[in-house]
Amino acid sequence: MKETTVDKVLGHPLNAWYVAAWDHEVNRKPLARTVANRPLALYRTEDGDAVALADACWHRLAPLSMGKLEGRDGIRCPYHGILYNSAGRCVSMPAQETINPSATVASFPVVERYRYVWVWLGDAALADPKLVPDMHQMDDPDWAGDGLTISVDCNYQLVLDNLMDLTHEEFVHSSSIGQEALSESEFTVHHDERTVTVERWMLGIDAPPFWLKNMRDKFPDFEGKVDRWQIIHFESPTTINIDVGVARAGTGAPQGDRSQGVNGYVMNTISPVTDRSSLYFWAFMRNYRLESQVITTQLRDGVSGVFREDENMLVAQQAAIDANPDYEFYSLNIDAGGMWVRRLIERQLAAEGRLPAPVAPVAAG
Amino acid sequence: MATSHAAVWQHATVVDSTALTDDIRRIVLAPDHPAKVDAGAHIDVRVPIGGVPDRRSYSVVDDGPDGRTLAISVLDSPRSRGGARAMHALRPGDTIEITQPIVDFPLRVGAAHYVLLAGGIGITAVMGMASVLRSVGADYTLVYAGRSRPALAYLEQLQNAHGDRLRLHITDEGNPLDVTELVGGVEPGTELYLCGPIRLMDAVRRAWIERELPYPDLRFETFGNSGWFAPEDFVVRIPRIGAEVTVRATETMLEALEAAEVDLMFDCRKGECGLCEVRVLDLDGDIDHRDVFYSERQKDSRGTMCCCVSRAVAPPGGIAIVTIDIS
Repeated sequence: MKETTVDKVLGHPLNAWYVAAWDHEVNRKPLARTVANRPLALYRTEDGDAVALADACWHRLAPLSMGKLEGRDGIRCPYHGILYNSAGRCVSMPAQETINPSATVASFPVVERYRYVWVWLGDAALADPKLVPDMHQMDDPDWAGDGLTISVDCNYQLVLDNLMDLTHEEFVHSSSIGQEALSESEFTVHHDERTVTVERWMLGIDAPPFWLKNMRDKFPDFEGKVDRWQIIHFESPTTINIDVGVARAGTGAPQGDRSQGVNGYVMNTISPVTDRSSLYFWAFMRNYRLESQVITTQLRDGVSGVFREDENMLVAQQAAIDANPDYEFYSLNIDAGGMWVRRLIERQLAAEGRLPAPVAPVAAG
Repeated sequence: MATSHAAVWQHATVVDSTALTDDIRRIVLAPDHPAKVDAGAHIDVRVPIGGVPDRRSYSVVDDGPDGRTLAISVLDSPRSRGGARAMHALRPGDTIEITQPIVDFPLRVGAAHYVLLAGGIGITAVMGMASVLRSVGADYTLVYAGRSRPALAYLEQLQNAHGDRLRLHITDEGNPLDVTELVGGVEPGTELYLCGPIRLMDAVRRAWIERELPYPDLRFETFGNSGWFAPEDFVVRIPRIGAEVTVRATETMLEALEAAEVDLMFDCRKGECGLCEVRVLDLDGDIDHRDVFYSERQKDSRGTMCCCVSRAVAPPGGIAIVTIDIS
């Protein structure tokens, strides 16, 4: 019986929406992407609908993503010319007068939302668009910003661990957002069936360089101490939106008045690619100086540099995990958020019949 | 994604065998390696026929939690070639070899409307689809056609589950299926999933093409085991290798030629891929094309045939002789 949730390489739920691509990446030229171990050919029909087909022709499994788009919604295999429609049905077999009735490739449910193309690789009958995680800041007129994709060679769970515990900022990101107050301050953790929240406030501290710059973008003459917050919102299985910001110390931010501060949302959603590689889609959205493209670009580039430090650590961590198969994980108190994430994911895996036994709380004594 | 085309063999134990009608039995199997069963899945089964192992395909009608059990339903008609008889003889506790569920007839969720059309035992291929469509709240009609009410398996269960969405056509009650009317009434955006005898499939296909409905929206599955004529013995001559083989009514032409050690290429064994094509040099009688590989034009030309499923039919008062060439 499994009692803890510290699998070093965690499987991924299939009955979930994962981001396959940014909306602007899916167009009238096929794009090859692997999500949850399933190679996909992504493209857009002439009507503008995003399509995700299994990237292997029914016939001899040649990648359709190397093929050409044809007609309103078709894609032709580049090898022997078999033509499919967006439902994955063969519409033409050039070398014969009929169509083999079994000639289909899987066409996966797709939803376009929050500037992303989401795919559902599990049971299509369960693919409810209402289950797309809330990332509304991505295209809400009250927010501005941009992001990028990181292709990172590690199990997706390591990225979630990284985002659920931000005390690492002090050590990994010491030149930008890290400061001692992070690991010294208290935090609270809450969870329900689909979400985990980790909240941390640091009151009356010096703003680290990244946040000092942001404060001066909004308040050019800013000097002095700040109250800083990090409120991490996880939504199962792989989306983490982090409400971050600083405000002039003592102006009421912890009580809800953020008018004397700057607020950002770090939007993160992770798509497992293989057991040891992931696509990490992120954006930094802000709710001040919405008109400034310069700030959008500066923030995107700044955060990109910060995340490169994470990527280096995650890749090195995965390599060390694989190089030490006989060593196990141990946990710290700071892992509470990440451990709740693991438990929610393991419950979902168990519900999909993909774990040997459901995870139960360890009995006392 | 559980959808797999791969045949992975395993053992299964017979849990239950119940007569549903005079000639249809429901057989519940517990596979050694349970797997989730998607709508439209079938299993292949190894059955001994006259002591020789043979292979049959049966749709999965329904399954228990996590695929720990799965049910098939087998029709044993006078035209059966022996596989059905062996399946009907199975009793609880017996073990057989089966594949994991294979999906060559997948249901796509998301169409505007659906018609599921079953002729007789073909209901087994579309029952699971009907359950899925009901559970996702899709707009569907389940059309079930047969010759008499007592011959319709699962009738009461389907009436309870699908109510007004079930449309019955029972020939001996004076309410036979009118394919032209059915296809004529199909709304744009409809996907039609069909499993039934070849006469029904051909009629639907013709009506569908005539109405210029999108051909990829007509979905069908055939295991290549029904024809326009009852199977009968016939003779195959192959001048290239000086062979003459008699094909019994209970075997396919490909099986008879294999037994005679004629080296033939084939793959699907259900009249879909066309690899088993032989060239017809001479014909005494006619060809009962049972494949879906050839167009009507090609079938009418009688120049080739798919020997895995198609047969020869005797001229009046004689036995059919088909003279072929092989690759």
